[in-house]
Amino acid sequence: MNKEKAIKALLTGAAFAGFIFLIGIFITLFAGSWTAIKNINQMHFIFGLEWMPYYEPPEYGILSMFISSALIGFCSSLICIPLGLGTAIYMYEIAGRKQKKFLKPALEILAGIPSIIFGFFAMAVLGPFLQNLFDLPSGLCILTASIALGIMTVPLISSISEDALSVVPISFKEASFALGANRCQTLIRVVIPAAASGIITSIILAFGRIVGETMIVLMASGGAIAVPNSPFAPARPLTSTIAAEMGEAAYGSLHFSALFEIGLFLFALTFILNFAAEKVGKKYRLKLGQGR
Amino acid sequence: MKSKIFFAACSISAVIAFCSLAALMFFILKNGLSVISWEFITQVPRQGMTAGGIAPAIIGSFYLSVFTILFSLPLGLSCAIYLNEYSPKGYIADLIKMGINNLAGVPSVVFGLFGLAVFVKFFGFGISILSGSLTLSILVLPSIIASSQEALSAVPASLREASLALGAGTWQTIRKTVLPAALPGILTGIILSIGRAAGETAPIIFTAAVFYKRGYPTGIMSEVMALPYHIYALMSEGTDPEKQTAIAYGCALILLLLTALLTSLAVIIRNKNQNAIRN
Repeated sequence: MNKEKAIKALLTGAAFAGFIFLIGIFITLFAGSWTAIKNINQMHFIFGLEWMPYYEPPEYGILSMFISSALIGFCSSLICIPLGLGTAIYMYEIAGRKQKKFLKPALEILAGIPSIIFGFFAMAVLGPFLQNLFDLPSGLCILTASIALGIMTVPLISSISEDALSVVPISFKEASFALGANRCQTLIRVVIPAAASGIITSIILAFGRIVGETMIVLMASGGAIAVPNSPFAPARPLTSTIAAEMGEAAYGSLHFSALFEIGLFLFALTFILNFAAEKVGKKYRLKLGQGR
Repeated sequence: MKSKIFFAACSISAVIAFCSLAALMFFILKNGLSVISWEFITQVPRQGMTAGGIAPAIIGSFYLSVFTILFSLPLGLSCAIYLNEYSPKGYIADLIKMGINNLAGVPSVVFGLFGLAVFVKFFGFGISILSGSLTLSILVLPSIIASSQEALSAVPASLREASLALGAGTWQTIRKTVLPAALPGILTGIILSIGRAAGETAPIIFTAAVFYKRGYPTGIMSEVMALPYHIYALMSEGTDPEKQTAIAYGCALILLLLTALLTSLAVIIRNKNQNAIRN
């Protein structure tokens, strides 16, 4: 009997690992940023456009990186949301059983492709292609990174959305058909609204993934720290600044600490997005939860 | 008419999505195949990364993935067992689930910062396989937990009841009855996590990976070359972009094949298992 109790205690302890790591990451980021929080005027840090860690005196403002992240997130969403949802609806409504049996696992395999491959593709193929197409000074710009990020997150959106569509009870559809609605009306007026929370969750998760993605933007977005004025401008979002400069920053220096504070911001941003996704997801379970 | 346009638009977006992903694979396959040879995967790099093979990077990625699973599986499986078998509902379970869900959303570069501050500096493990795989093990923890829990919850309650009715304790039931039945599902999660750990770049930039290291890793404390980081380094450092890009294509193809193979394996095991449960 004692063994049973000991094992339960052990498992309970292990179960908290995820929670403890989450807190641990927050504490580590906060401790790492402490020098920056103390020594940099936080209004300048958040609203400053200049990021010049090697100047004397150095400037630490993250607003232009934040804008770059937001703009890349927006452009990628324009690609991945319509393509992802279109694919989901295609698989749910148009594809036959045989086709679906092939497409679902294919999507899963595509979802497993590491982001570095997309980054490499963007840098080696897509960038030069767009440079020729639009006659740009450099192929590495917001558009290139956004296309790569958009394609990368299509499998994520379409597989979660397709799951959400396919758990809508068949009785919903039958009721709609019985009232004389056709396939398209049923889909747009009944099935999609019933699956809306699941679909929105997938979009929020994909957006979080895009904003947090590092390698693609590091390789394909060009890396200039300035407020981008068009999709063809190079940019440097939050994530790639950390990855690009961490190797050069001296351990314990103000620069090092400022990079940790960017990490803290990213952590907070994704925490909010996740929280939103969870809230929306819960609503969805409540709505369709009974009777299944 | 309207509905025709709507369905056509959906079909077109599906075609665009699959075609662009196919284009990515095509370009990497086309340019990578000419680079790959037996020498490429078994020899060390030569002439400042412009010739020779990528064997150390393949082996480095292998070590990182194996140790990542070694660290995260015990923790992740324990957590899944607790959530599914001991306390599936309530305040504590909600707190644990909240932690896991949010951990899954943390950007990979933030894991890199955590690993740098805690494993490399605080514990003094330095840039090493140990630091890198510890960092990666936290990153894959949520997916290990999620897939294990799914596997455990698919085990029919009647199996547990039968075991308990024979006088077995809770842990005995889990170890002798539930875990063996859930094994294929757990295996699926492990395989997917290996692929994930092998493909992640940002967390190992500051914790494990180097562009060039003479010879193979000698132990868990040694720094390594890794496939994903090698692709990045070939594209951003060095002196001969043309030759390096060719090698990067080879690396990308190997990594792509590796992850596609692992995911396919996981999908096959899962489908077989689902059919077995249904019958």
